[in-house]
Amino acid sequence: MREGLDPWPFVIAAYALGIGATLVLVAWSWWAMRSAERRREEAKAR
Amino acid sequence: MHAFANPARFLRIARPLTPVLLLSGMAITAAALAYGLFYAPAERLQGETVRILFIHVPAAWLGMAGWSGIALASLVELVWRHPLAALAARGSAVPGAVFCALCLASGSLWGRPAWGTYWVWDGRLTSMLVLLFLYFGYIALAAAVQREGGSSRIPAIFGLVGAINIPIIHYSVIWWNSLHQPPSLGWGTSAMAAPFLWGLLASTLGFTLIFAGVVLARMRALLADIQAEARLRRKALES
Repeated sequence: MREGLDPWPFVIAAYALGIGATLVLVAWSWWAMRSAERRREEAKAR
Repeated sequence: MHAFANPARFLRIARPLTPVLLLSGMAITAAALAYGLFYAPAERLQGETVRILFIHVPAAWLGMAGWSGIALASLVELVWRHPLAALAARGSAVPGAVFCALCLASGSLWGRPAWGTYWVWDGRLTSMLVLLFLYFGYIALAAAVQREGGSSRIPAIFGLVGAINIPIIHYSVIWWNSLHQPPSLGWGTSAMAAPFLWGLLASTLGFTLIFAGVVLARMRALLADIQAEARLRRKALES
């Protein structure tokens, strides 16, 4: 590692980015799935 | 394989499997990342920055695995006309792009303290960036085909052709001079110390389970949209 550069801001940024992006992806995909399946049920009921 | 071509059978399997994959993946990933951040030892040469490994390597694996999945599903669609193959390919595209972007971003954050720069135009980094652009192209093409009612064979051919980039990414650190280190893991071989290896395997497993759950959720969303549209069209014709 290069001298004089504090590694922790880079480590914490990488973890925050990784965890944040994964949670957003999971929440978005789950919400999209539930919405689409609700639309299908509404189309069936019409 | 054709036994699973039935959407009703697919849904019977996917409905219970989606939350199981997502929840178990999140639990394993949380444990592995907590280990990586708080308990893994600092490495002799790279110091604390080695902790980025537990995010970067699974992201790189899933970025490439996502496109390999697109290519495989595209082949199945083109050869066997499997009705769910196009959905599997489209369902892999967004999560693959997210993990590819995450690989590039975490790699840049690792590169700055380790190499002294966020970015170099070497074979590994450039071919990974090309993969991200391929994902953007595939997502745009598949959306346009769905919107305009074109043939799903067009994104399938694009998915197959783009797979040329996967071996280029893998062998780039062997073929060309690079700041990026050569592979530390091979089939049955490892140049990694046990505290890093087991943590890395756990985080890779956790992220892979999440990826699989997200692909299933996106396939279910695409299938539900198609079924709702077909039903509405049928009712409009009847009335």
